Amino acid sequence: MDNNNNGNNILIELKDIIKLYIMGTEELYALKGITSNIIRNDYVAIMGPSGSGKSTLMNIIGCLDTPTSGHYLLNGKNVSEMDDDELAEIRNIEIGFVFQTFNLLARSNALHNVELPLIYRGLPKAERIEKAEEALYSVGLQDRMNHKPNELSGGQRQRVAIARALVNNPSIILADEPTGNLDSKTGEEIMALLEELNRKGNTIIIVTHEEEIAHHAHRVIKIRDGLIESDSVSPKGIMNKEQKEILL
Amino acid sequence: MNFLLEIRENIFISYKAITANKLRSFLATLGIVIGITSVTLMQTAIEGINRAFEKSISAVGADVLYVQKFEWFGKEDWSYYRNRKDITMSQFEYLNRNSQTAVTMCPTVGTPKTLKYGDLSLENVFVIGSTNEYQTTFGSNMEDGRFFTSKESDGGYPVCVIGTEIKNAFFENKDPIGKTIKIGSFSFKIIGVVEKQGSLLGLFSLDNRVIIPIERFFRLFGGKRSLSINIKAGDVKYLDDTKEEVTSIMRKARKVPYGEKDDFGVNQQEAFKTTFESLTSLIKIIGTLITSLSLIVGSVGIANIMFVSVKERTKEIGIRKAIGAKRSTILYQFLIESCTICLLGGFIGIMISFPISLIINAYVLPTAMPLWVIILGLFVSLLFGVMAGFFPAWSASKMDPVESLRYE
Ligand SMILES: Nc1ncnc2c1ncn2[C@@H]1O[C@H](COP(=O)(O)OP(=O)(O)OP(=O)(O)O)[C@@H](O)[C@H]1O
Ligand SMILES: [Mg+2]
Repeated sequence: MDNNNNGNNILIELKDIIKLYIMGTEELYALKGITSNIIRNDYVAIMGPSGSGKSTLMNIIGCLDTPTSGHYLLNGKNVSEMDDDELAEIRNIEIGFVFQTFNLLARSNALHNVELPLIYRGLPKAERIEKAEEALYSVGLQDRMNHKPNELSGGQRQRVAIARALVNNPSIILADEPTGNLDSKTGEEIMALLEELNRKGNTIIIVTHEEEIAHHAHRVIKIRDGLIESDSVSPKGIMNKEQKEILL
Repeated sequence: MNFLLEIRENIFISYKAITANKLRSFLATLGIVIGITSVTLMQTAIEGINRAFEKSISAVGADVLYVQKFEWFGKEDWSYYRNRKDITMSQFEYLNRNSQTAVTMCPTVGTPKTLKYGDLSLENVFVIGSTNEYQTTFGSNMEDGRFFTSKESDGGYPVCVIGTEIKNAFFENKDPIGKTIKIGSFSFKIIGVVEKQGSLLGLFSLDNRVIIPIERFFRLFGGKRSLSINIKAGDVKYLDDTKEEVTSIMRKARKVPYGEKDDFGVNQQEAFKTTFESLTSLIKIIGTLITSLSLIVGSVGIANIMFVSVKERTKEIGIRKAIGAKRSTILYQFLIESCTICLLGGFIGIMISFPISLIINAYVLPTAMPLWVIILGLFVSLLFGVMAGFFPAWSASKMDPVESLRYE
């Protein structure tokens, strides 16, 4: 495993993460103790059967949810001890979400959807517009800025969501089944986009069911019943590593 | 996050939310519209009544005291006052001789009579008997002709001074001066017309009057009447001094024993004013109760709509939280939305009541919607917006981001 690099390079440190749901008398451990590190600029795919806890883990990594117990250090900061507002700020600055169902604001056009994280960050208008346009440009939607989500195709919507995720230049981009609602061709385009972002230096974690999609990643973590079943470097990751070694 | 930026963004959001549900927003705001319309109209009406009152007061002279058997707005039974000794001419003369503070005074008696001029007749005209001092006491200006002189007054000449309503009824475009009219069955020559004075509270006219020398009044219509002695103090600020002096002279004139209560009233406009003020404040209290009731009902309606809106937009709240909206951001978003709806209601309310106030001004009584009423209307709607929106907004701000994102 190549994730035990020097501490400075570790972006995500998960230690014994447990998530317990209590429904009436029933107790359900969605996560039963996840321990793992993820380094900066990695490209990780999380795989596993339905109900295994992938989304739960993603939500915790993305600070949308807090673990029942365990420690989570993001960028060296102890997230498990933060209050709601601090978590909101982390989500705003450190994290970019891409969802299966896009989750765009239906009444706002593409530009405003991408601008929203910058509004919550408190940037002035001119700077916001500049950054939002830049982000839309980088996902190839420069001529769709004033379109509302229902005037865009599925692939275009997901591009808007990706532009929104990266507009604040976050430490991680989290994508929970980003291609789940897209046909395979469009899915490939989205994956190519994410790959390009990774090449530019973004850390990416994606959840997927599909092996082909997982092949884009450098590292594949398989989860079953709330536990890590396997954690391996994907062929691509190896190749990159070899290339790196060759180059060095 | 910058507060102004947040407000601006939130106003934009609520604009979109409201326009997306135009009919619903309109229905939600109806209660506030009605409430604000009635608040502003009530204030406008009170303003109008106040103005009408002030005008009537100045028409009859605010610095005049009225010595009468009756006390205005007295607490006793009417018969109690009626059974008092009459106020007589000799008491008036005694008072007139001894008062140092009064600028001028005149005795008056009055009775309604029918007036005739040729074939025309006017019923229920108030006939006043007084002296030549009447004009200076009430400061009546003459529109035409002159008031009667002391010689005509003392001699009881058959002359009269008429109000503008009588002139208009009998002498449309003709000159009334020198014409003879009949008061009851007695002839009088018109020597003057008093300038238009308007009406007291819009109720009874001050121009439907005719004034004749008091000597003649007694001779023709009977002398066994109690007088009203009208005393001009010169200025409102001398009223109290004059009242004190007049009271002590009148007690002597009427031989009221030391220690006994006055058996006459020294009345002034002030009595009208306090009664009037308690009347308008009663209108205000009742009006405020009714309007706050409609505002409360209105804001319950808005709270209801806001709960629905929050519920419907659970997903949106989840999305906003996922990309960095804090609790306070969501709270403000929905608070501002309900405030916008309420302010809109208030604005519509004012847009309705303002033209109505112009109509009232043109046809009912002179008034204008004061600026502070408009500001109050908007402020009240803002207040109810905050009250109506608080709990829905609070529940939205506390939503769990993961749960709300999963909401369909
Ligand atoms: N809010 C909740 N309350 C109770 N149980 C929950 C809740 N959220 C998730 N679970 C349970 O936790 C387990 C893991 O759910 P999770 O959504 O993480 O699965 P997943 O791996 O993402 O599945 P899928 O591939 O179908 O999306 C499931 O058994 C699910 O029923
Ligand atoms: Mg899932």
